[in-house]
Amino acid sequence: MAEIAEVVFVDGVRTPFGRAGEKGMYWQTRADDLVVKAIIGLLERNPSVPKERIDEVAIAATTQQGDQGLTLGRTAALLAGLPQSVPGFAIDRMCAGAMTSVTTLGSGIGFGAYDLAIAGGVEHMGRHPMGFNADPNPRFLAEKLVSEEALNMGSTAERIHDRFPSLTKERSDRYALRSQQKVAAAYEAGKIQPDLIPVATRSASGWGLATRDEAPRPETTMEGLSGLRTPFRPHGRVTAGNSSGLNDGATACLLASGATAKELGLTTKMKLVSFAFAGVEPEIMGIGPVPSTEKALRKAGLSITDIGLFELNEAFAVQVLSFLDHFGIDDDDPRVNEYGGAIAIGHPLASSGVRLMNQLARQFEEHPEVRYGLTAMCIGLGQGGTVIWENPHYNKKAKAAKR
Amino acid sequence: MTDYSTIDFSSLAELSADEVVTHSYVRDIPLPSGKVLALITLDNDRDHTRPSTLGPNSLLEYGATLDALAVRASAGEIHAVAVTGKPYILAAGADLSKVGDIPNRELAKQMAQLGHFTFGKMATIGVPTFAFINGLALGGGVEVALAADYRTIDSSIPALALPEVFLGIIPGWGGAYLLPNLIGIENALKVVVENPLKNNRTLKGQQAFDLGIADAIFPPASYLEQSLVWADGVLTGRVTVSRPNAPGKLERLVKWDAAISIARKMLESKIGTVAASPYAALDLLKAAKSGSAEEGFAREDDVLADLISGDQFRASIYSFNLVQKRAKRPAGAPDKALAKPVTKVGVIGAGLMASQFALLFVRRLRVPVVITDLDQARVDKGLAYIRDEITALKDKGRIGADEANRLSALVSGTTNKADFADADWVIEAVFEELGVKQDVFADVEKYISDTAVLATNTSSLSVEEIGAKLAHPERLVGFHFFNPVAVMPLIEVVNTPATDESTLSTAMVIAAKLRKNAVITRDTPGFVVNRILAKLLGEAMHAVDTGTPFEVVDNALKPFGLPMTPFELLELVGLKVGAHVLDTHHAAFPDRFFESTNLHRLAEHGKIFDRDSKGAIKGFDKKAVKIVTDGGPGGTALTEADLLRRVEDGLADEIKRMLDDEVVHAPEDIDLCLILGAGYPFQMGGATPYLDRVGASERVFGDTFHHPPIVGTD
Repeated sequence: MAEIAEVVFVDGVRTPFGRAGEKGMYWQTRADDLVVKAIIGLLERNPSVPKERIDEVAIAATTQQGDQGLTLGRTAALLAGLPQSVPGFAIDRMCAGAMTSVTTLGSGIGFGAYDLAIAGGVEHMGRHPMGFNADPNPRFLAEKLVSEEALNMGSTAERIHDRFPSLTKERSDRYALRSQQKVAAAYEAGKIQPDLIPVATRSASGWGLATRDEAPRPETTMEGLSGLRTPFRPHGRVTAGNSSGLNDGATACLLASGATAKELGLTTKMKLVSFAFAGVEPEIMGIGPVPSTEKALRKAGLSITDIGLFELNEAFAVQVLSFLDHFGIDDDDPRVNEYGGAIAIGHPLASSGVRLMNQLARQFEEHPEVRYGLTAMCIGLGQGGTVIWENPHYNKKAKAAKR
Repeated sequence: MTDYSTIDFSSLAELSADEVVTHSYVRDIPLPSGKVLALITLDNDRDHTRPSTLGPNSLLEYGATLDALAVRASAGEIHAVAVTGKPYILAAGADLSKVGDIPNRELAKQMAQLGHFTFGKMATIGVPTFAFINGLALGGGVEVALAADYRTIDSSIPALALPEVFLGIIPGWGGAYLLPNLIGIENALKVVVENPLKNNRTLKGQQAFDLGIADAIFPPASYLEQSLVWADGVLTGRVTVSRPNAPGKLERLVKWDAAISIARKMLESKIGTVAASPYAALDLLKAAKSGSAEEGFAREDDVLADLISGDQFRASIYSFNLVQKRAKRPAGAPDKALAKPVTKVGVIGAGLMASQFALLFVRRLRVPVVITDLDQARVDKGLAYIRDEITALKDKGRIGADEANRLSALVSGTTNKADFADADWVIEAVFEELGVKQDVFADVEKYISDTAVLATNTSSLSVEEIGAKLAHPERLVGFHFFNPVAVMPLIEVVNTPATDESTLSTAMVIAAKLRKNAVITRDTPGFVVNRILAKLLGEAMHAVDTGTPFEVVDNALKPFGLPMTPFELLELVGLKVGAHVLDTHHAAFPDRFFESTNLHRLAEHGKIFDRDSKGAIKGFDKKAVKIVTDGGPGGTALTEADLLRRVEDGLADEIKRMLDDEVVHAPEDIDLCLILGAGYPFQMGGATPYLDRVGASERVFGDTFHHPPIVGTD
């Protein structure tokens, strides 16, 4: 019989995120190579992991074709030099791909089916533009199951502004500015770099090495943001400045049962407490993390006040603000996205979930006064996903000292 | 010392105006320690099917790039320089299409000097230098890397080699000096001399690393990333580089000269002393024991200039192009689309030759192969041989267990020719007698479809006559292998007047699938290789028959630089077979080809040479000498010079006749056959460049085979 096991996040890494498109640093790098390099880097950092004991590799991608097709988890495992005996598969839940890799494999560990597993995701939005080649069922529109705007993520973000008039463009822009500033500060303090796996990049001018995210704009100002176009509707509120961009990147993390981590002497950066996914109206998908978080809290028997650190994916500033408003958290609450977020770093769809976890794990180390944290993100077609984690460094007495 | 900076290389650059230039792109790489490494990528902006090569303009650009980096290094902007290549390729060496055009020795020398001038800039750049051998590295591509202080190598590279000696030159951009001083004299001999002469053998990444050519080896998936981290480790002192193969005092004192002289003796016994480049390489490697790099480079400049402007290099490049290009696009081959699919093969006969055919066909085509013979015992013996060979391949790790099972299951034997009914290709390997072959084919034709292709491996009979009893002679083609079947790369595909295009096309496609090089010949006696050999051996035996001693004959042809002497060759093919070959050619061309009763008597005796227990030649067998001198001299003994001239002129005459008679399309095809089928050396260019350059063509028919002749420049 399988036994219920503790699920731990051993370690997580990612490639630097690039800007999608011809001018981006990964234009000549394959998507599968990105995630393979992430996996190799992850295993190099954890040399005590016996590769043959890895029970599963789940790699997510939203557009599963071309260099993101062919059952990525399996192909990536083979390309990364894992033994042929290690199985793998591909996962898709759009933006929450990597998050779903983690929850799926974490569930398998919890059930006792796996001892060790690699979960991650990749999205090369330069090679695979969002929704490219998609063929939505005509019933969606004919039967008005969803409105046309539900398939355009920018339009769904505008809809959040419509629903909550208190969420102004000015608040969104200010939030976006702080995200840029926090990322710049985090880089300055060396918080981001340790979990990046450098990637050799080919270009017309020779080989280079990607060592930093390409998207951040530390020079961003409120004036600059206020003057940006609103591409999703005239006189709208959503701009390229208060949204995440189009990016290329990959993430990978190592999960283990508590017993296996102990046996092999692996680090335990976080412990899985609960997770939940939930659906909302596709037209306003950005509020998805609200019900998913409520559900995950309920399953964990926790309340929002128990959560000491938040890593929220910033698909759009307004979508994060709607979450904060719902739970009564200030726009600039220091518990939220301490190192900044996707507005600056970028959001290569299916890879982002593990990036949130990497950052939360590092913050846990620095905040022993915090017992619980959560990672959450909105998902296209009206979903949200939330994973609640426990800090293994938690120390009651640390509380006063830190905050 | 040569001051390379005072040399004006502009004429060299002009000569190479249409060169596909390999560019030197530079990007700064931030290393983990905070240091900055300037990474040069050599890239000719073409895909991997056109490897980056290093012509004069490529070298000049690389040199200018290194100059600029030296300035940045002295300004403290960069802390290291590294060079690597585009995906899969570091560099494939000098641009051979250009080296062959160099008009005189002076420019040949400049070509050598430009390499040294350029690569030498690595040494004076002012910061540590690295080469990341990320892919194919040949010749100058290896020397790019040798010029750096440190090297890493990708474990998956397809090949690393210094093939210069194979092509009639020497590694003259630093390789002959730097390599032995990096990896020791014995390893260097292997890379510079031994491997090129083993049919241009190359090294894999791990082998190159094990020899000491690279200081670190990394897997391909993260090769560049790991190389950069390693380089950072070297810069910060975290990584200590050790070179266990680098020669020490003792090696220089004791081992060095001994290794050279052993290599020299081995070479002399193996290939004779005609080929210049291996010995030039030996001299350079020997001199690399002491003295400075500058002195070594100056020696390389002179030797390379001599060789590039000499005859042998031109002939070698000609040969190389034949083997690399013409062999892959055979002259006169019909459209591949006309070829019939071959899904089952029948082999008539179950003897050794037939079994070798069956093994080759099943390995390469992976279709059912049926062998047949007169009785079950012979069939069983043939099958046992084939299956043993398959097992041996498995045991050697050449094929896996599943593949061995697959191949074994595909081979079957029968005494009932009805089992050939669905074969698409039937090849015979029965006794070399016209009547036997005619009857065998006429018989098998009763069972097979009207469109199945019939192939004969005859070496001496008329293919057309073999098909005389066939209802469909248009599906018969000659398919002449060379022994040993698995090793020799040539097949003469004999096109008779009756052979139709689809049959000929099928034969060419099958030859390619067998991984052989096919040359189409007309149905004339001996086709190409045997006719030339019969001419040469006939002259050799005739000289003996007329009183010339064996020794004189064997020595006379030494200037060709052939892999073996006429009598060694006769013993290899078998004296009986040799006598038969002479007889059939004499019968076909009585006024030009000699038969030899002495050879028949030698065949009865069984040998010409006296050999020791290991098979090494001690001298001529006394009885054999007695046999040929017994009847008393039947004429006048020839001198070495007389006989050499007779053979040269005889060959020029015979080849001219073969070309006039359109046995093959061009002298290139004759040379290709001789190189691939008889091991004629690159430095001879097969035969015709040699015959042109020694004046035989001019003497015999008042012209040359090639216009302009393939000769050196001064």
